[in-house]
Amino acid sequence: MKENSRRGFMGKAFGAVAGVGAIGSLVAMKKTWDPLPSVKAAGFTTLDMSIYQEGVMVTEKWRGKPIFVLKQTAEMLANAKKNPKDIERLVEVDGSHYMVCIGLCTHLGCIPAFREAKNDFKCACHGGEFTASGNVQKVPPPRGFDIPPFKIDGGKLVLGEVGPEWQSMKDNGVTL
Amino acid sequence: MKNKEPIILLVVIFFTLVTYYLVEPFAHSQMHKHVESEGFEYADLPAMTKTGDAAKGQELVMNAGCAGCHSIEVAGMPAPMDAVMAAGAYGVNPPDLSNAGAVFDPKFLADLIKNPAHALKVEHKYDPAAGKMHPMVAFYGMGGDIDQEVADMVAYLQSIAVKKEELTPKVAFETACGRCHAVGYEEWTQIGEKPKFKHEKDSLAFDIKVIDYQDSLMKYMGKLPPDLSMYIRSRGEHYISTFVENPQNQLHGTAMPRVGVTPHSMEKVIEYLEDAGDTKRHEREAIGKNVMIYIIIFAIFALLWKKQVWRDLH
Amino acid sequence: MAHFTKATSVKDWLNQRLAVEKLEKVMASEYWIPKNINFLWAMGMVLVITFVLLLVSGIFLLMYYVPTTAEAFNSVNYTIMREVDFGWLWRHVHGVAASVVFLIIYIHMFTGIYYGSYKKGREMIWISGMLLFVAFSAEAFSGYMLPWGQMSYWAGMVITNLFSGGSLHADGLVEWIRGDYVPAQAFLGRFFMLHVLLIPVAILGLIGLHFGALRIPHVNNQDGEEIDFDAEAKKYLDGDKAGSKVMRFANDFMSKDMMVVGVYLVFFFYLVFYNYGFAMDPVNFDPADGLKTPTHIYPEWYFLWSYEILRPFNIDLGLILFAFAQVIFVLLPFLDRSPNAIPANRRGKAFAIWFWLMLANMIVLTAMGKLPPAGIFSQIGLVSAILFVVQWIALPFITAREKKV
Repeated sequence: MKENSRRGFMGKAFGAVAGVGAIGSLVAMKKTWDPLPSVKAAGFTTLDMSIYQEGVMVTEKWRGKPIFVLKQTAEMLANAKKNPKDIERLVEVDGSHYMVCIGLCTHLGCIPAFREAKNDFKCACHGGEFTASGNVQKVPPPRGFDIPPFKIDGGKLVLGEVGPEWQSMKDNGVTL
Repeated sequence: MKNKEPIILLVVIFFTLVTYYLVEPFAHSQMHKHVESEGFEYADLPAMTKTGDAAKGQELVMNAGCAGCHSIEVAGMPAPMDAVMAAGAYGVNPPDLSNAGAVFDPKFLADLIKNPAHALKVEHKYDPAAGKMHPMVAFYGMGGDIDQEVADMVAYLQSIAVKKEELTPKVAFETACGRCHAVGYEEWTQIGEKPKFKHEKDSLAFDIKVIDYQDSLMKYMGKLPPDLSMYIRSRGEHYISTFVENPQNQLHGTAMPRVGVTPHSMEKVIEYLEDAGDTKRHEREAIGKNVMIYIIIFAIFALLWKKQVWRDLH
Repeated sequence: MAHFTKATSVKDWLNQRLAVEKLEKVMASEYWIPKNINFLWAMGMVLVITFVLLLVSGIFLLMYYVPTTAEAFNSVNYTIMREVDFGWLWRHVHGVAASVVFLIIYIHMFTGIYYGSYKKGREMIWISGMLLFVAFSAEAFSGYMLPWGQMSYWAGMVITNLFSGGSLHADGLVEWIRGDYVPAQAFLGRFFMLHVLLIPVAILGLIGLHFGALRIPHVNNQDGEEIDFDAEAKKYLDGDKAGSKVMRFANDFMSKDMMVVGVYLVFFFYLVFYNYGFAMDPVNFDPADGLKTPTHIYPEWYFLWSYEILRPFNIDLGLILFAFAQVIFVLLPFLDRSPNAIPANRRGKAFAIWFWLMLANMIVLTAMGKLPPAGIFSQIGLVSAILFVVQWIALPFITAREKKV
């Protein structure tokens, strides 16, 4: 009897040791499935907002998508202020307003071009147009440019991180 | 005991066919607009009333300045600049006119000469009132009857082009589509077939030229027109032909112009795309027939074997 | 220690070491099958043949396929389709078989439900079969990623997004599954591994389990009749082949299996050569492009019914019902409270209606899952999805009231 229970105990103990090994290897397997450091590093793009010039459209890249950055001129800002739908889309960093959007037409994903003469965007594929703040000016696009998740970090903007400003945009339905 | 197998088989076939009908023909009819071909008649374009004279047409083509932009290789007229430079200047390389008379509809050519944006159905992109002119300058006549002059020019283009029966799929494709669309699987780029280079450096230099050309084209069209290698499988013959016949019917507002091919050259273009994307279709048909014959024999032998084995079981 | 004698023949040599004669009896000549069955009982063999076709064609595709995002599309559409001799044949066989195998699985499943073949000791056959269904689904999905066309990419995007759990926003989990923020190299690499190694190994194991689960309770028959297999087998072996209610698996039933397989292959090769479009979606002949969403995104036809259960509801409820639809079939042997293990049409009206309604409703769900979710189609989809759930909830109550016949 005593013999038996000891044998039973050693069996369980051996099972426990084997279990520890199995769990340890599961951890290794899980980690192997994690995104690689190079992939993670490419997932966040930090933009130094001080380098942009008013009225000059710059295309950045984030997670394989084009990002339009347009520092608003006084005229653009005055226009945007007339319409709450426009002004709520702009990102304010250090007192300046920026349009920061994923530069894909929300209709079928073409990349619209910025027209300096008219201060707007036109998609050559199906003629959709967007304002300087990224709202739809002419259909077919169903909604304005999507805004990537961002976090304001002093004079910098970190794309890919969710900050309170972006969260409130999302909650208010400004972007998807 | 009654044999229920035939009725069971009917039930299985019935539900299978209903499901197939709903997810294939029916669902696709709901998802995609059906566009019928108009037989490449281009009914919106005015009919040609005059009979052209090729000799006069040749003179007109020389004097009207066509060669300022277009090459006519068969008539010994080279392109004024290379494809990359031309695309930089005009957005796209103006076509060589050697076989235009064979590939394009005469009515379409006549209208194109007089009013390019109209014939090409890209008037939504070009508005002369707003100063947006089509890169091809319209022909306003040389002083005579403009319809007669245009008919002469078309007659000239037809006279120098290859005969209808000699039109190859490759020439039809290159003339009608090849300056905007690449077909990677046939080594075709927008500036021509990529040669085999001995040195990596030359190959890369060619690629850079292609990219430069594509950059101009992208600006001109809004985006790079797609590579058509697999289009015969991704779009199918019906969609491609009706799209080419009138792009606006299938995709309203698209930057792709109507190219005005004849039904015969459309067939050739389709053949070219089949060679690119469905290369083994003839082999598939031939082997398919043999496999079907074999498999029916297989089924008959299986049936006979079953009959023999089961004779003792009843 | 076992005693071995000098072998008198090759067969004897093998017999001493592998008991081949015994094995042959257990697996074939004395594996007794009831005579009272119809061609639907041959679907198992049809599935085996289809699986072999998938395996063989897959081996040849694997030799030329390149699992990188840059080369995958071209390795399939250029190298295999244009260059490799008969590469197009392997691809068409593989693509069509992957689709048709689900048609046969569904016929096999509904046969099981109709004849009550998941009851009275046959529960493990049903459960292992449903696990096979799950494994085949995973195999089909992972394989669909490999050509790296537009549908591969966007189906991969949409399906992996489901793991965010709706309002739970488990984006970390989605990124972990993908190994990236979007489907990319890491994603293609791991689905390639799953498709050619891990899931096929699981499928082979499950097939073993499925066959094993069948051997002891024996297959069911058309009338749910309880057969004394030992007595009937004795009758057969004593020479009364015609009077016995059972027959050998080989060659007796096997010959019928092969007859059905023959007819099936005529249908199969017709599809391979002349009507393959349903199994090879045109959209997937456009290379994957993360910047351009296709106008319509839909899964292959065999996933449509469960996709449609997801679609008409808000994301959270949709996901819960989707999960419900995935597991509920597995539980069938325990949800059916009826004492009867006989064909549906003889179990009383309630279950017969339940069965045909379930079949019809799943076809409706399948159709609505593909149609654009607008207008009347989305309403039909909603009603069908609710009906599906209600039917399953009602099943234990309907069957519990069934009288023993």
